[in-house]
Amino acid sequence: MKITVNGVCYKLAEDMGARLLSDWLREDLGLIGTKIGCGIGVCGSCTVLVDKLAKRSCLLKLSDVQDHEITTIEGIANADGTLHPLQEAFVDCGAIQCGFCTPGMVISALALLMKNPRPTRDEIRKALKGNLCRCTGYQQIIDAVELAATKLYSTKQSSK
Amino acid sequence: MKQAFRNDALAKVTGRAKYTDDYSMPGMLHALPLHADCSSALLRGIDISKAAKMPGVLRIITAEDVPGEIKFGQIIRDYPVLAHKRIRSSGDVLALVVAQSRGEANAALKEIKLELKDSPGLYDPHQALLPDAPLIHPEHGSNICNYHRVRTGDITAGEKEADIIIEESFSTSRVEHAYLEPESALAHLRPDGVMEVIGSMQHPFSTRRFVAATLGFELKDVEVKTVPMGGGFGGKDDTAALVCARAALCAYLCGRPVKITYSREMSMKESYKRHPYDISYRMGVKRDGGISFVQVRMVADGGAYCSVTPWVTWRSTVQCSGCYEAPNVHCDVYGVYTNNIFTGAFRGFGSPQVNWAIEQLVEIAAEKLGMDEVDFRRMNMLKQGSVTVTKQKLDSHTVSLNEVMDKVLTEIDYHKKRKLCSFGDPSLDKWYGIGFAISYRGMSLGAEGVDMNSAILNVQPDGSVLLETGVHENGQGSESAMILIAAEELGLPVSRIRYRMPSTSNIPDGGTTVASRGTIMGGGATTKAAEILRSIISEAVKDHMGKSVDRFEDGWILDARDQRICSWDEAIRLCYSKQIYPYAFGVFQAPRVSWDEDTGHGDAYFTWVYGCQAVELEVEPKTGKISILNMVAAHDVGRAINPDMVKGQFYGGMTMGAGYGLIEEMPVKEGAVTATNLHQYKVLRSTDLPEMTAIIVENPDPLSPSKAKGIGEPTLEITAPAIANAVYRATGKRYTDQPIKIRRESEDNG
Repeated sequence: MKITVNGVCYKLAEDMGARLLSDWLREDLGLIGTKIGCGIGVCGSCTVLVDKLAKRSCLLKLSDVQDHEITTIEGIANADGTLHPLQEAFVDCGAIQCGFCTPGMVISALALLMKNPRPTRDEIRKALKGNLCRCTGYQQIIDAVELAATKLYSTKQSSK
Repeated sequence: MKQAFRNDALAKVTGRAKYTDDYSMPGMLHALPLHADCSSALLRGIDISKAAKMPGVLRIITAEDVPGEIKFGQIIRDYPVLAHKRIRSSGDVLALVVAQSRGEANAALKEIKLELKDSPGLYDPHQALLPDAPLIHPEHGSNICNYHRVRTGDITAGEKEADIIIEESFSTSRVEHAYLEPESALAHLRPDGVMEVIGSMQHPFSTRRFVAATLGFELKDVEVKTVPMGGGFGGKDDTAALVCARAALCAYLCGRPVKITYSREMSMKESYKRHPYDISYRMGVKRDGGISFVQVRMVADGGAYCSVTPWVTWRSTVQCSGCYEAPNVHCDVYGVYTNNIFTGAFRGFGSPQVNWAIEQLVEIAAEKLGMDEVDFRRMNMLKQGSVTVTKQKLDSHTVSLNEVMDKVLTEIDYHKKRKLCSFGDPSLDKWYGIGFAISYRGMSLGAEGVDMNSAILNVQPDGSVLLETGVHENGQGSESAMILIAAEELGLPVSRIRYRMPSTSNIPDGGTTVASRGTIMGGGATTKAAEILRSIISEAVKDHMGKSVDRFEDGWILDARDQRICSWDEAIRLCYSKQIYPYAFGVFQAPRVSWDEDTGHGDAYFTWVYGCQAVELEVEPKTGKISILNMVAAHDVGRAINPDMVKGQFYGGMTMGAGYGLIEEMPVKEGAVTATNLHQYKVLRSTDLPEMTAIIVENPDPLSPSKAKGIGEPTLEITAPAIANAVYRATGKRYTDQPIKIRRESEDNG
């Protein structure tokens, strides 16, 4: 069984298939940025990208993601270590308080922007519906996603 | 636009921030608690024989194994680290299973057998108050955990003066904090004999007290360190401290590091909630619009343990008549023991309950008088120099109720939109309503407790600065606020200042980071420390360079003629070369407060904050669905240290407050919570909310060294009544019970 995480391919014994993806990421790979808030797929803190889709890793078994590419919060910064524009926007907009929801929020927002590079604020709200935040009231998170979309889009336009 | 500053943003946005459960240690074991799952019983025995033989299990710990004290509490010591002989709450922890892995600990939990004898439980606080009710804590002598009152003026005279008397009862919900990170603690006994603990808790010093008492250690032999915490909102005080004490107990008895991380289910089962209140008001008003008297009785369900019920209900007592002048007040407040899941500190701390009632009551009164609700409030509200119902004169700071109310009503265009309200017009498919609420709030702990904080500024030989305070980072950004204050006071960029990982062994006990006291108390101490540090450096410069320092700016030490004397770094090098430590310890002691339990009179808090929030919403008559369209808030914060973080408190508080009014209610059956996880206890999601507007009002407070006040709790305490008032104008019906469930026509007729 093969699973790629943040660009690194892992070969696993078949009997690992029943293990939860969230536990494997946190405990075996030390990717602790993926958080566990509920363990039943309703809070979104454990969200990761499976290929280009945002999925709750606490609901997935390793067998569900074999031969897929997983991206966690640790895998989204640029290759030179600088922040992804989404991460930058979260910092600049004051979108972070306790930070426990932040990795999942960033991943859900990234999945949205890959699908829809110019979302409206309502579309951002809908895309983040599965991610609970108890601190921020979501407003500055939505500001951040909007800002990142604008920046990414203008970079893309100017590089054309 | 000034960008938001957070010292922890980079770590949090990259996933590198390590919360308690993200830590592990070589040889670390895992422990999990066994909960009682029944609310009232005699515990005759615990059979661990089968569980102890389960794979991976090292030890099963019960109350008999505790070397030190078993019962804890910040006010009354009635809350057991491990329940013994008697079960009072379904959240009681009866045993701890220590195993090689969480999975193995979990499997063994199911094999522990309890021998119980049922005893009847008390689940209604009003029944618990009856003279023949069985006692939850016989040693306390009563089911009344505490009683507070206010006796101001003459209630009979007030009744005679009244032209109209309004009587109304209100009830509020039992609410879950729902911090995203469930409780977690990691403890290990260091080779030097110190029990070191990290944990998800917001009161490192009571955690240290609980750990030390459980083990029979002195405070010097326990060190509690702070790591990032995934939200608290008041909820990580007692329960979270006991989770830490249990981890330390396991580590002590097993001689290895032990981590306890709760599942969401365990967290909901055991953690304390917001107090549900039953509130009955009588209010007298005169034809001219003045309030002639307020009579109120409040019963707060404290559940099985005291926790901070006496302090929560004390705030309700002080603020019992809302932010209004009332010459005659008769207030009785009871905190009551029951076998329900216990209740304790929760953002707002006794004010959201009162505001839910009083901010609807004043509108009911205004309407009966045929008066505009804005005019009624403006006439009766506390103004500069007003005397509160506890006889405190408000003259030490700017009383800005009128200012915050005007700002919100103008921003939302209240008077125009007020005319568009539907009042349940049957010809409409959607009902529109607008409403608002105002409040005042005593800052910090007030006369409920010892209130001081300290800060250490320790300048290193290269000029960089280590800062530490007695304030805990709960996620609100307190460390960033302290850094910004220090940077401004010392004329340094924030990049030169590092907030040191706080430790209970290094900074003196500064109390708990609750009561919106972080910025005002910790910021006050930081300001004081900076004053001392500046004078140490100024003296060194004067003595050894012969020049008088005027101020510290942009990394330079300047004289009175704006001339640079030397750079900050040169001044620090000078200090070290002349055997002077650029090190300062600053203390901020809250100014004097007072309270007389008998009369309910006193200067309850040394300063106050003022706020107003307004809400527009729509109600679908057919389905009863309420959609919030707009929310606007103005709060006087004294001075905004970190404006984006202040706004974050506004938005987050309004969201939590809206949930409190609309959907949040922890269901209980025979005292036990029945919601097991966040699919059954719902909080608002991004799609449930409108765009919000935050208006920061700044009237610097002379009694706050940093001029800043608090903002964490004010933002939550008036959203629900603003919604209730808007729902009234949409539907034409008053909703006095939380959460608001719209009665449909068919239900009304049936």
